[in-house]
Amino acid sequence: MTPFLEVKDVRKAYGAIKAVDGVSFDVGPGEIVGVIGPNGSGKTTLFNSILGQIAPTSGHVEFCGEDITGMSPLELSRRGVGRTFQTLQVFVKLSVRDNLIAAAQEFKGTLGGRLFAKPDAGLGDHADQMIELFRLKHVAHLPAGSLSYGQQKLIDIAMAFMAAPRLVLLDEPCAGVNPSLVDQLHDRLVELNKTQGGSFVVIEHNMDFIMKLCPHVICMVEGKVLAEGPPAQVQGNRAVLEAYLGN
Amino acid sequence: MNAQMKTGILVASLVVVAVVASFAKRSDVYLLTLYCVYLMATFGLNLTVGYAGQMSLGQAAFFGIGAYVAAIALKAGVPFLLVLPISAIACFVVGLALGFPALRVQHHYLAFATLGFNVLVYLVMRNEEKLTGGTFGISGIPRPSLFGVSFDGPLAFFFFTFVSLIILAFFLWWLLRSPWGRAFAALRDNPIRAESLGVNITAYTLLAFAIGAACAGIGGVYYASLVEFIEPGPFHFSTSLTMLLAVIVGGSGRFFGPVIGTIIIILLPELLRSTNVSWLKFMQTWYLAVFGVAVVALMIWLPGGILSIGDRFKSKEVAK
Ligand SMILES: Nc1ncnc2c1ncn2[C@@H]1O[C@H](COP(=O)(O)OP(=O)(O)O)[C@@H](O)[C@H]1O
Ligand SMILES: [Mg+2]
Repeated sequence: MTPFLEVKDVRKAYGAIKAVDGVSFDVGPGEIVGVIGPNGSGKTTLFNSILGQIAPTSGHVEFCGEDITGMSPLELSRRGVGRTFQTLQVFVKLSVRDNLIAAAQEFKGTLGGRLFAKPDAGLGDHADQMIELFRLKHVAHLPAGSLSYGQQKLIDIAMAFMAAPRLVLLDEPCAGVNPSLVDQLHDRLVELNKTQGGSFVVIEHNMDFIMKLCPHVICMVEGKVLAEGPPAQVQGNRAVLEAYLGN
Repeated sequence: MNAQMKTGILVASLVVVAVVASFAKRSDVYLLTLYCVYLMATFGLNLTVGYAGQMSLGQAAFFGIGAYVAAIALKAGVPFLLVLPISAIACFVVGLALGFPALRVQHHYLAFATLGFNVLVYLVMRNEEKLTGGTFGISGIPRPSLFGVSFDGPLAFFFFTFVSLIILAFFLWWLLRSPWGRAFAALRDNPIRAESLGVNITAYTLLAFAIGAACAGIGGVYYASLVEFIEPGPFHFSTSLTMLLAVIVGGSGRFFGPVIGTIIIILLPELLRSTNVSWLKFMQTWYLAVFGVAVVALMIWLPGGILSIGDRFKSKEVAK
C-alpha cells in the first residue's frame, strides 16, 4: 500500500539553526500519528514545511502520490489538507456558527457562484451538527472572540474538520485546555476519525492524550527523529527518556 | 430587537427623510442630496475597511474618477444610465489595481500606499488640463433625464439620488449577507487561517478594493450631476480621511455605521455652516473644536464606533 502522506528527508534551516534536520515519515489512510518532543525541537517548523506556510530548504512531501512540496496553503486546502495552529486562530468577530461555515464554504462551488448562493452556503445543518458534536450549542451565536480560551480552542479544532479534509495536522490541540475538555477533545477526535475517515498528525505534549489517541508516535529532538513506533515503546526508549521525558 | 422591528424602523426612517426633504428649503435639499452622495462612497469604504479589513485612504480618488468620467461623458451626451456603469466599471478596474499593494502590505503601510494613489490621481486632475480642465475644472454638467422625465429640479434630483442610494445599499446588504461577506470577514479577522481554509485571499482582497471603489465611483457620478461643476478640490486626500473618519465614527464593519458616521462627519458641519439660528451660529465657530474633542472621546470610550454602544451594554450583561 502506498502511503497517504510521505515526508522525505525534509530540512529547514534558519541561518545556522537547523530547525528541521532531515525528517522522514509516512502516514497511512485513516491513521493517527503523534509527534512529541521538547520545545524548540522543530515540530511546528516541520508542520509549516509540510503545509506551505514556509518553503523547506530541501526534501520532499508527497500526498496521495503527488509532490506537494512548497505548495501554498490555498492549493493544499483544495487537495483536502487541513490544519490547526499552535496559537488560537479563529475569526474573532464572527459567531461560532459563522466560523464553522467560513471554514467550509470556500469548497462549495465557484467564487462567482458563492455570491449567489444561500447566505449559509448550504452548510447551516452541517455547522449545527459540528456545534452539537463539540457541545457548543449554548454559545453558537456569540462572537468567537468573546468566549473562553478553551471554547475558542474547540472552535479552532472543529473548524479544521468542517470541510472533512483527508489529512489534518493538529499543532498542540490540548495546550491551554482544561483536563475535562482534554478528555472531550480526545473523544471528538476519535469520533471524527471514524466518521470522516481522515488521517491525523498530532503534535502534543500531553503524554496521556498521545498514548490514548495515537497508535504510532514520532519523537523529535533537535530537528531529527529520535525514535518512532507504538507509544509505549517510544515512551520507554532510553534516548527519549534522556532527551525529553526523563525530567 | 427582532428583524421585523428593525425593518419597521428602517422603513419609517426612510419615509421621514422623504417627507422632511419634501418640505425642506432648497439649500437643505441640496445638503441632503450631498449626504446621500457621500453615503454611497462611505458605504463602499465600509466594505473595504470595515468588512474586509483593508485600510484605505484613497476613497476620494475613486469618488473623483467617477465624477470626472461622468462629467466628461455626460457633457458628451452619453445617457446617464450608461454613464453609471461606465464610471462604476472604471473605478472597479482601478480599484482592482489598487488592491495589489494590499497583497503585500497591511495597516499603516497600506494607508500610505492608498494615500499616495490619491495624491497621484489628484495631480492628474489638476495637471491634465486637456482632459480635466485643470484647476478650472469642468462646468455645465447636466442633470439626468430618464425616459422623458427630467430630474433637473433640486427635489426631483434628491429623490432620484435617494432611491439610487437605497438600491445601492440593498445591493451591498445582499452581497455582505452572501458567503462573500463571511469570506471578507474571515480575511479581516485572520488571513493566515482563512487561507488554510481555502479562502482565496488574493481574490477577496482585490474584490474588497474594487467593490468599494465602484461604490465611490457611483457616488462620484451623482456628485458631478448634483454640483454641476467639478474641480480637483473635493477629491483631495483630505476627503479620503473624512470618509474614513465617517466609517470609523459610525461603526466600521456595521452595515449602518456609515449612515450615522456620514451625518456626523459630513452633514452636520455643512448644516452648521449654513444655519441662521443664532445659538447654532455660535456653534459654527466652535464646531471644529467640539468635534475634535468628541472624536477623541469616542475613540477612547467607543472604539467600535457609535453603533457599537449596544454591544457595550450586552457584553456588560454577559460579564455579570
Ligand atoms: N521564523 C524563525 N526564524 C528563526 N528561527 C526559527 C523560526 N521559527 C522557528 N525557529 C527556530 O527553530 C527551532 C524549532 O522551532 P519550532 O519548530 O517552533 O519548535 P517546536 O514546535 O518543536 O517547539 C527553534 O530553535 C526556533 O527558535
Ligand atoms: Mg511548536
